Amino acid sequence: MQQVFLYSGLFLSLLMLVSLYRAVFGPTVLDRLVGVNAIGSKTSTLLILIGLIYQRVDMFVDIALAYAMLNFIAVLAAARYFQKQKGLYDEGPKK
Amino acid sequence: MNIIATVLLIIGLVFFTGGAVGIIRFPDFYSRLHPAGKLDTAGLVTTMGALALYTASPFTLTTLITAVKIILIVVFVFITSPTATHAIIDAGVRAGLPPWRKEPEADS
Repeated sequence: MQQVFLYSGLFLSLLMLVSLYRAVFGPTVLDRLVGVNAIGSKTSTLLILIGLIYQRVDMFVDIALAYAMLNFIAVLAAARYFQKQKGLYDEGPKK
Repeated sequence: MNIIATVLLIIGLVFFTGGAVGIIRFPDFYSRLHPAGKLDTAGLVTTMGALALYTASPFTLTTLITAVKIILIVVFVFITSPTATHAIIDAGVRAGLPPWRKEPEADS
């Protein structure tokens, strides 16, 4: 069962790399925000998988709960901040 | 119990894969939010359900408390993930981001 958790965590971090492409090369600021939100929601699963691999789930559950809360607050604050900006879509040439 | 947890974990990873592919492949910001908001929540519910089942499998009080905490994360994400998606869409609409339309010539 440890092997299942290990390979699931590896696959999940691979998917986080795929989402990181959108966070780095996104045409607009809000595309980057979508990528960051997707990475954050994968991370709270990955933290509990790490806790199951290390046999310390009772500690890592609290970290995962705090990370989910922090991710939500960060995305909400960034969305509220960029709502005030005009001309947000003029960032670089669109490919 | 191990078999049920493994199957649920694989289903959740399939959901996460769909979300990542949708974020990469969709043409527009508004359409990219559709897999990002929905499939990530679905994948997180199934994977967290699998991990909660595996955690509570020797049924004592401490493992039950840990499993209840994992379910609490799921409830929290169910409330906050649509709120975050709605906030991002609201920022896009108010900044005047035009939605994607189908071009006559194959441009992008």
